[in-house]
Amino acid sequence: MEKKEKKYQGKTLKKVLKYIQSYRVYLALSLAFAVATVAATLYIPVLTGRAIDHILGPGQVEFSVLTKLLWQMGIIILVTALAQWLMNVCNNKITYEVVQDVRREAFAKIEILPLKFIDGHSHGELVSRVIADVDQFADGLLMGFSQLFTGVVTILGTLLFMLSINVKITLVVVLVTPVSLFVAAFIAKRTFSMFMLQSTTRGEQTSLINEMIENQKVVQAFSKESDVLEKFDEINGRLEKASLQATFFSSLTNPGTRFVNSLVYTGVALVGALFAMSGGAFTVGQLSCFLSYANQYTKPFNEISGVVTELQNALACAERIFTLIEEEPQIPEPAQAEILEHVEGNVDLEHVYFSYEPGQKLIEDFNLKVQPGQRVAIVGPTGCGKTTLINLLMRFYDVDDGCIEVENKDIRTVTRKSLRESYGMVLQETWLKAGTIRDNLKMGKPDATEEELLEAAKAAHAHSFIKRLPQGYDTVIGEDGGSLSAGQKQLLCIARVMLCLPPMLILDEATSSIDTRTEMKIQNAFARMMKGRTSFIVAHRLSTIQEADIILVMKDGHILEQGDHTQLLEQKGFYSELYHSQFAV
Amino acid sequence: MKNLLMYLKNYKKECVLAPLFKMLEASFELIVPLVVSAIIDVGIADSDSGFILRMCLVMVALGLIGLICSVTAQYFAAKAAAGFGTKVRHALFAHIQTFSFSEIDKAGTATLITRMTSDINQAQSGVNMVLRLFLRSPFIVFGAMVMAFTIDWKAALIFVVTIPLLSLVVFGVMAVSIPLYRKVQERLDKVLGITRENLTGARVIRAFHKEEEEKERFEEGLESLTAMQTYVGKISAFLNPVTYVIVNGATIVLLYTGAIQVNIGNLTQGEVVALVNYMSQILVELIKLANLIVTITKAAACGNRVSSILEMKSSMPLTQEWKGSLDLEEKQEKDPEGIPMVQFSHVGLTYQEAGGESLSDIDFSVEKGETIGVIGGTGSGKTSLVHLIPRFYDVTRGEVLIQGKNVKEFSLEELRQKVGIVMQKAVLFQGTIRENLCWGKEDATDEELYQALDTAQAREVVESKEGKLDSIVEQGGKNFSGGQRQRLTIARALVRKPEILILDDSASALDYATDARLRKAIRDMEGKPTVFIVSQRTSSIQHADKIIVLDDGEVAGIGTHEKLLEQCQVYQEIYDSQYKKQ
Repeated sequence: MEKKEKKYQGKTLKKVLKYIQSYRVYLALSLAFAVATVAATLYIPVLTGRAIDHILGPGQVEFSVLTKLLWQMGIIILVTALAQWLMNVCNNKITYEVVQDVRREAFAKIEILPLKFIDGHSHGELVSRVIADVDQFADGLLMGFSQLFTGVVTILGTLLFMLSINVKITLVVVLVTPVSLFVAAFIAKRTFSMFMLQSTTRGEQTSLINEMIENQKVVQAFSKESDVLEKFDEINGRLEKASLQATFFSSLTNPGTRFVNSLVYTGVALVGALFAMSGGAFTVGQLSCFLSYANQYTKPFNEISGVVTELQNALACAERIFTLIEEEPQIPEPAQAEILEHVEGNVDLEHVYFSYEPGQKLIEDFNLKVQPGQRVAIVGPTGCGKTTLINLLMRFYDVDDGCIEVENKDIRTVTRKSLRESYGMVLQETWLKAGTIRDNLKMGKPDATEEELLEAAKAAHAHSFIKRLPQGYDTVIGEDGGSLSAGQKQLLCIARVMLCLPPMLILDEATSSIDTRTEMKIQNAFARMMKGRTSFIVAHRLSTIQEADIILVMKDGHILEQGDHTQLLEQKGFYSELYHSQFAV
Repeated sequence: MKNLLMYLKNYKKECVLAPLFKMLEASFELIVPLVVSAIIDVGIADSDSGFILRMCLVMVALGLIGLICSVTAQYFAAKAAAGFGTKVRHALFAHIQTFSFSEIDKAGTATLITRMTSDINQAQSGVNMVLRLFLRSPFIVFGAMVMAFTIDWKAALIFVVTIPLLSLVVFGVMAVSIPLYRKVQERLDKVLGITRENLTGARVIRAFHKEEEEKERFEEGLESLTAMQTYVGKISAFLNPVTYVIVNGATIVLLYTGAIQVNIGNLTQGEVVALVNYMSQILVELIKLANLIVTITKAAACGNRVSSILEMKSSMPLTQEWKGSLDLEEKQEKDPEGIPMVQFSHVGLTYQEAGGESLSDIDFSVEKGETIGVIGGTGSGKTSLVHLIPRFYDVTRGEVLIQGKNVKEFSLEELRQKVGIVMQKAVLFQGTIRENLCWGKEDATDEELYQALDTAQAREVVESKEGKLDSIVEQGGKNFSGGQRQRLTIARALVRKPEILILDDSASALDYATDARLRKAIRDMEGKPTVFIVSQRTSSIQHADKIIVLDDGEVAGIGTHEKLLEQCQVYQEIYDSQYKKQ
């Protein structure tokens, strides 16, 4: 179990290194500056020691030598400071750029993830991976690494300096310090799982926060504030425990190693003093130098142990973000994918099988042939799979078996871009992006002229309400439409499609939130728009449906009936039942 | 940040003990140089190995006591920090629960979520750090100075100059970087917003093949974030080198002054070593302090942003003070005859920061058990009107009365217990179907649930799922279709058998047949609730006892279907638009 965990961490670490690779130069510079900083820092105590040896007692101070030593110190100090600053700058550069790279890659992956993945995961949790986890990972891993490196260099450097002064005392230091590492490793091993627990509990909480804050109004309507809070508190309580454990046990490292350090310090003082006492070649200045080394030598051990826990935490975060980045993307387009051009509106569905969950059959052996300019209405009771068909046409999901062809080309052989460009889509669930109204309308046709824009907005009957907004077309709307009403949002979505006018249309309950008076006016615009365009319409309003060339009556994912209005009424089947119920009470 | 600190109130003991033990530990650490100085001046000078050994034992003892103090401190700090985080999280979440929708719109969901999560986490680790180190470091810095005075006051003066200089640098960097970190966070929020948008809007973005553009937009946000981070990073990067120069510069001066003092016999060699040791202790602590300050500035920035949300007042505070009027209510309930169930008296509503009234001079009353249809164009104020009944918004003119009592006189809980509302957007929560339905009534029996489901035409939705009532509902109800969600949300509202039922266009995803069956079932419900049906279909409301026709926030007509067809032009138009063709 433990080994497996380690192997896992090793793999994650390798991936991290891949990201750092592009910053080799900065890394090399940073390392070089680190070495310079350490070397200069270590040289200072030697000089201090020498200076002290020239301050023996009353009348025994050699000022000429002392002054020279102090000047040397001054210069070295400035060099150290400069090297240190440059090292920091390099480290920052690496950290921030790597964060940027990781986020960029994660986002790029989000853009090509199959919708199945996006539909199946909590958005809040995914966002937290891209934001919070990446931050933690960068802070922990990269800053940790630089500390680790400086630490190791300091340890090695100190060893060298110490050996050059006195081998025996160095041995004292070398023998005691590993205890410190041991303590640190021991604690780190035990805290990793605590950090994991903390991280998953946090994820759980974030997902609850997302859900509840997004739907605050429903919560309030049912006076469920206190219940929701209770649920929140339950997780919160668990988080408190997990967090206390992770924080406390990981923070034991520091006092533990510090105690070992004080042992080292004492050892040096003891042995050093005994040496100095028995005369010999060991001076008080060298003792002072050694003592300060003992401090400097052990300090990195402290840091390293602190870093190790941080690294583990960071690796846990890195793991989460990498699983997102490595998630299987949607099936890539074949290299020679054709670009769908000159679409007239021939759509063929041949023996299509599809289901969201394997085992739960939904669409089975579905056949449909649509000719250019035909209007296909999809009707049926709620939840009969009407939206599923759209998911397939737009290739948000791929069919399990059979194929869908546009202009006699299997849609899996053409580029997604050209396929989707051929459709104009208005969905029941309106979605607008944060930005101005203008940005939103121009989504399908960024180079539209102002005239075209106004024309489309007027055709969709959105112009009059946009005009009344504080900044008109430049009004910034918040996330998902913000303060606009459902109907207004839908009008904008319609205008959005009216502006780009692709050869085929998909209207999924396109007017469900619009009042019938406005709708009737839009219908005229729709009628004009649909002329000569193959369109797929999901609707409840029979007036829209009656004029369709093909009506698909669906129930439970199956196509129950197929035909035009009169044919279907004559069949006296499900459709006629639906139709007549409209007038029933 | 200040008003966040009150959440440490229950951890007073921990907040005092943690730094206290840290300071104890630090004091022991401060004694060490004196011991070393004694070893040099007494042990080495007199060649007294027994003395040296004793002193070393003293040092081990100091280390051991230090360890115990430190572990104790860590525990208290961790406890206080974890508790603090938990309390703040609770407080903020509870506070957000009191927000009305206008505050949520104002703050933005994405922002609220960051505040709830990463901001509080940062603040929490900030508290932990502060308790552990923030007092310890200055204590050692000043302690070292005090100890220096015990050795030699002239040499100590160097400390007196150095420390303010250092503080100036440290606090200067802090003053510059705090506001900058706030900017970093703002830009991070933007990156977060784009990420969210691309998840929620994946379908539309792909339909318009905007992936590349979105990537660019994300890249832009990302780059501006990185640029800001790099800039702040450069400033903070000054801290360590500059403090290093100051401390070591001071050491040089110290050695030189020390040399003069030793030369004239005022100081010993061991004492100079002790002074140098104190100076280097200051450096060690300052490096820690500098790192700490980065954490703390971040944490403080986060804390401030959290508290700015906490400071946002709900525009609709709970009116507990009205509890006093309960007697009055009882009297009225004894005699409900003649008092209308719901009454709007010259109601006007102006939304916050809106130019004009969204509803003006709405005046009508509804008897118990009546069914009211509300119809009108998009943006005519239908939803606003019904949202006044459960008091989602407060009227800005006139008053809304339920059973003769102003809605403001009810406690929100009591009021919303009376009113069941089904919103336009059908929202289900993660959990089971049962859990979702029980939102309406906590202790509802299966029988009650199925009864509500039957009325809502939703029984088949439940029956079609394997686990029946205990089937899992995924987040946002994703595993149900729009129509299924709508019917389940209707059932949820029915479970509590509300006195007033509001259906806000909540049958839009239902086909006509189901819609008709639903309305019939509701009419036949026991207890006969007063029902408001908001719809755009005349077929949904034409059999209502009373139909309110809204046009641009004003009442265009009130009456029965037949009467309105004769007299109300707006209603005629709506009706014709739906039926002319048939």
